[in-house]
Amino acid sequence: MRGLMRSSILRRLVLVVITIVEGGLVSATLVRYAPGFGADEQQLDARLSSGSIQAIKNANADERNIVRFYVASICRTFRGDLGMSRSLNRPVRQLLQERAAVTAAVAGKGLALAWLSAILVVFATWFFRAPPLRMSITLFSGTLLCLPAGVLALLAIILNQPGYLVIALIVYPKVHQYLSNLVEATRPMPHIITARATGTSEPRIFFWHLVPVIKREVLALAGVSIGIAISAAIPVEALCGIPGIGQLAWQSALGRDLPLLNNVAMLVIACVVLANSGADLLGEERRQPA
Amino acid sequence: MKRIRVAAATVACALVLMSVAGSLLPRFDYSRQDREHINSGPTSGHWLGTDDLGRDRFARLLHGTRISILLAPAAAAVSMLLAFGIGAVPGFVGGIAERAAKTAIDLVLSIPWLFLLLMVRATLPLNTSPAASVTITFLVLGLLGWAAPARILLARAQSMRQAEFIMLARSTGVTSLRLLWKHVMPNLRPVLLAQFWVSVPVFILSEANLSILGLGVAEPLPSLGSLLRELETVLSLRADIWRFAPLVMLVLMVSTLQIAVSEQEVFS
Amino acid sequence: MNRRSLSLLLGLVLVALLNTAVCLDELRFYLRSEPKTFNPLTVADDASETIRYLTGGVLLRLNRDTQKLEPELATAWQVSKDGKTITFVLRHDIYFSDGTPFTSQDVKYTMDQLMNPELHSPTGDSFRSGSGKVECTLLAPDKVAIHFPSPVAGLDRLFDQVAIVSAQSSKKEMAALGPYYVSDYKPGSYVYLRKNPNYWKRDASGRQLPYIDALKLEIQSNRDIELMKFSRGEIHLINTLDADYFDRLATSSPAMVHDAGPSLDSEQMWFNQVSTAPIPAYKLQWFTSRNFRRAISSAINRADLCKVVYNGHARPAMGPVSPANKFWFNSHLQPVRFDQQAALQLLQQDGFQLSAGKLRDRDGHAVELSIITNAGNRARERMAAMVQQDLRALGITVNVVTLDFPSLIQRITQDFNYEAVLLGLVNVELDPNEQMNVWLSSSDTHQWNPKQETPATPWEAEIDRLMRAQASAMDDIARKKSFDRVQEIVAEQVPFIYLVNKNALTGISPSLENAKPVALRPQTYWNIEHLKLTVERASNGK
Repeated sequence: MRGLMRSSILRRLVLVVITIVEGGLVSATLVRYAPGFGADEQQLDARLSSGSIQAIKNANADERNIVRFYVASICRTFRGDLGMSRSLNRPVRQLLQERAAVTAAVAGKGLALAWLSAILVVFATWFFRAPPLRMSITLFSGTLLCLPAGVLALLAIILNQPGYLVIALIVYPKVHQYLSNLVEATRPMPHIITARATGTSEPRIFFWHLVPVIKREVLALAGVSIGIAISAAIPVEALCGIPGIGQLAWQSALGRDLPLLNNVAMLVIACVVLANSGADLLGEERRQPA
Repeated sequence: MKRIRVAAATVACALVLMSVAGSLLPRFDYSRQDREHINSGPTSGHWLGTDDLGRDRFARLLHGTRISILLAPAAAAVSMLLAFGIGAVPGFVGGIAERAAKTAIDLVLSIPWLFLLLMVRATLPLNTSPAASVTITFLVLGLLGWAAPARILLARAQSMRQAEFIMLARSTGVTSLRLLWKHVMPNLRPVLLAQFWVSVPVFILSEANLSILGLGVAEPLPSLGSLLRELETVLSLRADIWRFAPLVMLVLMVSTLQIAVSEQEVFS
Repeated sequence: MNRRSLSLLLGLVLVALLNTAVCLDELRFYLRSEPKTFNPLTVADDASETIRYLTGGVLLRLNRDTQKLEPELATAWQVSKDGKTITFVLRHDIYFSDGTPFTSQDVKYTMDQLMNPELHSPTGDSFRSGSGKVECTLLAPDKVAIHFPSPVAGLDRLFDQVAIVSAQSSKKEMAALGPYYVSDYKPGSYVYLRKNPNYWKRDASGRQLPYIDALKLEIQSNRDIELMKFSRGEIHLINTLDADYFDRLATSSPAMVHDAGPSLDSEQMWFNQVSTAPIPAYKLQWFTSRNFRRAISSAINRADLCKVVYNGHARPAMGPVSPANKFWFNSHLQPVRFDQQAALQLLQQDGFQLSAGKLRDRDGHAVELSIITNAGNRARERMAAMVQQDLRALGITVNVVTLDFPSLIQRITQDFNYEAVLLGLVNVELDPNEQMNVWLSSSDTHQWNPKQETPATPWEAEIDRLMRAQASAMDDIARKKSFDRVQEIVAEQVPFIYLVNKNALTGISPSLENAKPVALRPQTYWNIEHLKLTVERASNGK
């Protein structure tokens, strides 16, 4: 049993690494061939001589062959060198080290708050089946889904609230919608009806009879929500001035900074893939035959 | 509580009809600039006032709603279909297909598609009409927005693979295709519906965000998303109440439609 | 006094000292982007330019108010008659922020670094008038002569941008001669500047300048947030205020906003005239027609642009030079009249016909074109929408496409895959020599048709000749005559359709004394040494 688990984990790890490398190559290729690569606003500076403008155009000559760039980049990564950011003139490794913890904190807190709220709300609607409550919750979730991230960020700043609250407000309605539908779908299940008929309390039904049935989907949702939180971090950090990976990702995207963007992309891919793989693993463990 | 669902459906239909029919009336011209009355409040001539170019807000709301409420659900439907095909089917089949689907989903979830969208913009002629541009934008959103629900559908389909009713159906000789359609699909409906209701407003907002790449609606065509983005200026937050009409419209439409077509009698 | 009382007294004194030490005057405002460099010689972006202005010591300073050149680290200077040599007499007893003495050696070192062709510095390139090396002669520890291979027009004014770097200091470019030095930098968050303890300037009463102890420059690109923080008093300055926000603040706090009149900046449009551009040949024919360009120019209502987009805080532009540039502006230029009938007549001269609400050229092609501009600039997006409406009256269909900046730059500098573009021009310098590369037909930044081997039109050849003439003339009157003629040719041929000159709008907290906002950059803190924070200070913005 332990051997099976170990080999399953090892197999997943190998898949994770392959996925990260593949994803990095796809990301780098997209950046390289997207319009604007190699274009710098300095080229519009009328003070620059022809030689200087040509030098600016040639600044990323070593990135033009994307395969060569990517292979060199991977080899450097094994030596701990993540390259140099062209737009910020600083080592990429230093930039990521400074900012990763900030994003982890903001996204992590936001995610935790979103999930906690969603679970509480779903439990409340399971327990109290009053139509006004459900309608209010639907309206509230709907309103949050319809508000642009920029408005939420601005509101947070006006009300002096932390950035992770904005991420929570972005993630919550999506998590709630799925959770709510999954939970309601179990209501007519025979074992739920039976449990209720035998007088089992609602909290017990919820945690002992309902949650195990949808555990796999909930874990998958948890993995996916990490990706949603990281995506939400980009506009939130950019708008709220939080010096995290999200802000870095946005700046590097605007500057077509390939070394920086490639590493940020691989970091994001790693987080998402690890989260989803972890969710799969947790979901599968309990599925071993009793 | 069927009455609540009927009432919600009526409100939703009324809003859709109002936006579609109203936008066809010549009285509601969304592009005419009344440069003497910019950012003005509601008047008899402009029921919701004018925007920062003197254009009638009500007319732009009608046109924007029509565009968004027709295209966003279509894009959401596309993403649902893809999520089912790439998530649920491999999840049910298992094996290599399932592993390949998981890898594809993880990649699509995490790759910066911003640059693909830039390429899409680069391949479109600059003189693409605003209507064509916004249609293409929603199509692209639908083609890219399937990954998150696919993950959840895959998990759900995986758990159903070993379910008793599936094993019973298989043992009676039901084909895989019929199994998927008749037995698996109904059980996936909660997730598919959740995906749909999340996707509609998300796509509407995403379309507006894509204007930074040159996609989305182009001037002078409005969309709900572009109207909602106007709320981002702090001036709007100083609560001229009519500026929030697009938000109210979208929330009403999404909420009433959701209540009207809810899967269970959840309000009973 | 017993030991206990003495300890108590010492403790109180210590606490008071600590409080005083912590209680700094701190001026706060926002940088709109991350500074790319702290090396003053390689500055190319706004944020880095701000840091350079606040920390850099220069030999000569252009007074942003009077627009006159004033001595700074140099007490006197002389430009030779042939315009190739400038000699500086330097101040004595000046030290960098780390205590290193300032001498002529530092000037030589700075110029050697600046003129290094590998540096590719906009500041350095401004000095390049011809091939050959720039030589510095150290005439004395306080006297230096700099020799250029060819005459440099407006030579002395260029030194306003050259921050002197220490040749000896171990801190290199971080050792500052200006009023402040960089004390702390948190990437993505803020740059913290502290008063230079060795700054040489004193006020009339002999007190060392600057008055303000520290500057906290937070990095924030969102203008809504900037406005909000300013309204709350959490920041003290907004160096460039949008017109909508200006009026909003003016309603609630009129004392906080200032309109210094026209700035040096302009907004303009141009058509793609590159012969190899991937656009239909018939469209290229339209864009290369003077009548077409003049017609479009006449059909645009500039007064409406000023009124609607800038709420009256702008004026219709007449040419490449803003009226704020008092000496170089050609006051004889006539404003472009908004006249759509005249526009139609010009088009008809070229064979265009308006029928059934659509304008068609002589071959029957419907006139439809696209205007690209950069996304995220709401003022430009609105202007493009207004131009779209104005041209619709002529039967012209305009498609407005907003693109992210790198994509736009690629189209206008590399692919030339565009038809018309609406962008702004930020002029830092008054001297038209800074625009040399815009007007020379062979240059990369000759936007509508760059890098011509030979001038494509006689008028571009004439402009080439006139710009070279003004660059080699030493007499300002002769230079002005040449450049006035350039402005007239531009008004006749309309390679750029100049739309508006925006006003310099700023926000200044009432707690800031001695602020005198001007039209030239940096509008609000150009006299940073003399700014004072009044009683409402020493809090940390909470």
